[in-house]
Amino acid sequence: MNEPIRDKESGLSNAERAPKLKLVSQSTYLKEAALKNLFLVCACVAVAGVALIFVFVGWRGWPVFSEIGVGKFLLGKEWLPTEQLFGILPLFVGSLVVTIGALALGTPLAVGTAVFLSEIASHRVRAIVRPAVELLAGVPSVIYGFFGLLVLRPIIAKLTGSLGFGPLTAWIVLAIMIVPTIATLTEDALRSLPPGIREASYAMGATTWQTISRVLLPAAKIGIVDAIILGMGRAIGETMAVLMVVGNAPVFFHGLGQPISTLTSQIVMDMPYAAGMHRTALFGMAIILFLVSMGLVGIVRFIQRLREEQ
Amino acid sequence: MARRDSKDLANRVALTGFWIAALTTVFILGAVIVYVFVNGIGEISLEFIFTKPHGVNAEGGIWPMIVATLYVTGLAMLIVTPIAVLAAVYLAEYAVQGQLVRTIRFAADTLASVPSIVMGLFGLAFFVEALKLEFSVLSGALALSFLMLPIVMRTTEEAIRAVPKYIRWGSYGLGATKWQTVSRIVLPSAAPRIITGIILATGRAVGETAVVIFTMGTMIYTPVLPTDPGRSMTVHLYQMAMEGINLPAAFGTALLLMVMILAFNLFARWLLRRNRRMQG
Repeated sequence: MNEPIRDKESGLSNAERAPKLKLVSQSTYLKEAALKNLFLVCACVAVAGVALIFVFVGWRGWPVFSEIGVGKFLLGKEWLPTEQLFGILPLFVGSLVVTIGALALGTPLAVGTAVFLSEIASHRVRAIVRPAVELLAGVPSVIYGFFGLLVLRPIIAKLTGSLGFGPLTAWIVLAIMIVPTIATLTEDALRSLPPGIREASYAMGATTWQTISRVLLPAAKIGIVDAIILGMGRAIGETMAVLMVVGNAPVFFHGLGQPISTLTSQIVMDMPYAAGMHRTALFGMAIILFLVSMGLVGIVRFIQRLREEQ
Repeated sequence: MARRDSKDLANRVALTGFWIAALTTVFILGAVIVYVFVNGIGEISLEFIFTKPHGVNAEGGIWPMIVATLYVTGLAMLIVTPIAVLAAVYLAEYAVQGQLVRTIRFAADTLASVPSIVMGLFGLAFFVEALKLEFSVLSGALALSFLMLPIVMRTTEEAIRAVPKYIRWGSYGLGATKWQTVSRIVLPSAAPRIITGIILATGRAVGETAVVIFTMGTMIYTPVLPTDPGRSMTVHLYQMAMEGINLPAAFGTALLLMVMILAFNLFARWLLRRNRRMQG
């Protein structure tokens, strides 16, 4: 009865087996630790990526700040590479004009679609609209540009009495492109609201519209602002679609149907033949774009942290 | 009574507004798809898909561009998958909340929002010029993998977090180590959603233009080795559309591109649905 329990195969007692177990577990321990560090290295690839982008684009673009000067580069009113004039203000203003117009057109459409999906649509309608929004996000930007160039541009040309290359066409194309970004994130924000506040509102006799406008949208406000900022990031960084419809004239905005240019489109237009300081200036513009997009992500994260603290 | 009527009227008007917003969104998607299909379908033939272009206006087929597109995105997928999945494993299973994890997440978010043209110039400065990989499929794939990394990381992390805790407890209870639990229990259960994420990210890479134009180049060439240059379908479409000399080829390319993207998206959705059904 007092005999220790023995293992069936080896005939050893647990006490006799113990040292072996310890050996195995030590090598296992080392393996586990090595794997953990390998995974950590993989996770740090993202950090390394951001650092590499910053270093290499920065390295190529830096001379434009040191030789031309920050003021002349950022606030210069003329972009004439042949005359060694590298002022990107018209391009920056172009990017802003295009982005703000796209947000003004796209946000109501996107938020409306999101509210529809989360509050109004029946299950069956949702099953059609939601995949459509997701597919819209998957369509390549060059196809949107192609569509804008061949379908929207002629219509705009007739309306404005110009060639149709310009901000108005870019607004419509970009508005379409940011709808999925804003709609998806706004829907997430609305869905994360507790169902209780809807029920409380309905119980007090509020209509669907009153519930949406006075309860749900205010409650989801922060999430919607996040969505709009990320949509803004998408619009300001969008390249191909804008390039194909905006006209690419590096001048200040002077009419809905008059060609302008943006930071992104000018880079693609000039890069194939640019050399010397011209090429450096294009990398300098990429630095600006990188900093702007990083700043927008920073703002979103800051807002999210505020919300978590609430 | 009057107040009640105005309340109902406002409600009805607003609801109509939301219906219009949603229908507009669906209509736009439909319009883009139908336009590309109607104009492109006449161009699609075996010859268009399987022969090389010839002449100054690139008449004939687009086979080299199809090969280059599939090659560069396939290679990018192979590069990014192990790194992104293991990074997500770290974030979901191993990491302790702290400054390091916050930095990694901020980096991933930043990477996800880097404008594609910036990624393209980075690829040009780093892979093409500094590492001397030239305009090649490899340069393109490496640059694209940076673009795909945050997408695959996020979807994989979500997939891993969606695996119920008690399955892990069961595994630990049987004496499994952390890696055994992760590799044999957690990752297999999360696999369908991870694969869905990879497919969606690859679909995005297929449609990417600004990155590949400055890393893989614009030369019409059927790449065989990873060091060969090539022209992706998106770049081809862009050049055909802007030059405006061979619109039929542009429509044909746009249609094939659209079909590929739709196939990727629908396959991913199907996979997800099948998985959900299997789990009940």
